[in-house]
Amino acid sequence: MTAMVKSEGVHKSFGAAHVLKGIDLEVAPREVFCLVGPSGSGKSTFLRCINHLEKINAGRLYVDGDLVGYRQRGDKLYELKDSEVAAKRRDIGMVFQRFNLFPHMTALENVMEAPMQVKREARAVARARAERLLDRVGLGDKVGNYPAQLSGGQQQRVAIARALAMEPKLMLFDEPTSALDPELVGEVLDVMRGLAEEGMTMIVVTHEMGFAREVGDSIVFMDDGVVVESGHPREVLTNPRHERTKSFLSKVL
Amino acid sequence: MTVPLDKTGPEDTPPSGPPAETIKAVPVRHYGRWLAAVIVLGLLALLVNAFAGADVHYPAIPDFFFDGTILEGLGKTVLISVLAMLIGLVLGVVLAVMRLSKNPVTSSVAWLYVWFFRGTPVYVQLLIWFNLALIFPYINLGFYRDEMTDFMTPFMAALLGLGLNEAAYMSEIVRAGIQSVDEGQTEASHALGMTHGKTLRRIVLPQAMRVIVPPTGNEFLNMLKTSSLAASAAQYGELLLATQNIGRASGAVVEMLFLAVIWYLVLTSVFSVGQYYLERRYARGSLRSLPPTPWQRIKTNLAGFSNRGGV
Repeated sequence: MTAMVKSEGVHKSFGAAHVLKGIDLEVAPREVFCLVGPSGSGKSTFLRCINHLEKINAGRLYVDGDLVGYRQRGDKLYELKDSEVAAKRRDIGMVFQRFNLFPHMTALENVMEAPMQVKREARAVARARAERLLDRVGLGDKVGNYPAQLSGGQQQRVAIARALAMEPKLMLFDEPTSALDPELVGEVLDVMRGLAEEGMTMIVVTHEMGFAREVGDSIVFMDDGVVVESGHPREVLTNPRHERTKSFLSKVL
Repeated sequence: MTVPLDKTGPEDTPPSGPPAETIKAVPVRHYGRWLAAVIVLGLLALLVNAFAGADVHYPAIPDFFFDGTILEGLGKTVLISVLAMLIGLVLGVVLAVMRLSKNPVTSSVAWLYVWFFRGTPVYVQLLIWFNLALIFPYINLGFYRDEMTDFMTPFMAALLGLGLNEAAYMSEIVRAGIQSVDEGQTEASHALGMTHGKTLRRIVLPQAMRVIVPPTGNEFLNMLKTSSLAASAAQYGELLLATQNIGRASGAVVEMLFLAVIWYLVLTSVFSVGQYYLERRYARGSLRSLPPTPWQRIKTNLAGFSNRGGV
């Protein structure tokens, strides 16, 4: 079985800052894969490389067997065109820390936008699916609200519905609960838990160790641009082998 | 077992502190304000007196207010302003996108355009367009060929002069608007599989509009007034030229200028109201509730009156 995501020696620099220093990992289909680590460790950057929001400088990154951002012919790599990159991103949903909902559209319009604009779906079809998805994340009564009229937790749930509307085979979560008030974290994690139970492949950058332990199938601890430790969440979170993992976990748990 | 709840609460201790009655105090007297008001009213009276005593034949203003020539000039002022603004808007968006593009050639050319048109007086630009036939006797665009004097009519000179100049200013406004949109919006749009072009059209520009509309309204009011330069620079028969012609013919030169002033005020006032509604439209989503339209405000005020009467 091909891995959903495969990373081989991925490096990324922003100018002089070497953020990723050779990341090797594999995410299997239907797996819930958690990325944890201190801020600045490169976990969000790595996530953004997976859907080519950031270009990697070295190594190879594959999603569902396809090279991310390039086409390989012989030994040569060819950059993909804007439209080709966009086409690949259709299958990868992404949820951001700051929600990034489109503020000039209602919740329903936010969810309908991509299917109609990218897949040229008929309005009625897009609308039916959007209503179903918003209902599923518990916002069936908020379809007509603008993002500014929703709480952080509600906005993030709309953002998840928006990503799901493209029927992705992989979902990326970039600290989805870090910008939320503590009492709103649960409602977003519940939606994510439901998604995991349905078998969605998920890569989650998070500080929610409870979620990682309960829902995660694998966990990777990153620090300073490298993978320090990986394994099953219960194993890594209860018996960390490395000093850095230990000291990090002692601060967040 | 149910415990009966005492809903009235204890009545023994009255609230301490000062009694809750409306304070009646002698307000501070602002003598300075009274003095300032008297001085300003005095100066205003002097000004009115001066104009009342001036050698102005005021009845000429209402006499010519709806004169055919004036109305035609008015129509041309609106027409040239709207068309020049359209050119400015479309070309401005193109220039802004060019300026923000990664292509060094397009971005430098856009910069050069803005530098040139913003750095020269629009009056001089209008004169050059109008006199273009002096250096290019013929215009040849391949598919279109004509004598320049036939092509560069006063209308064309005014349109190109005003429109191309406006594009320089509009491009800066649009650029500021595009840059005001959070980068997370572009990322979210890209992550959903939308291309650069679609992201710009569907996500970025609609949000940029909130920043773009107010200064654009300003630009349009300016355009209504600046179009009067086309009267002398390009002999275009807009409002000012019409009033000047009547003024020269009838001898009521200043009276007709006053008439023009009134019409310009009417035009700018009408379009400011339009701008208010446009801004309201693009505020969608950025405010929890939209501000009321003037009409809605009147209605609620009226309702308030009748309520007070009813109680």
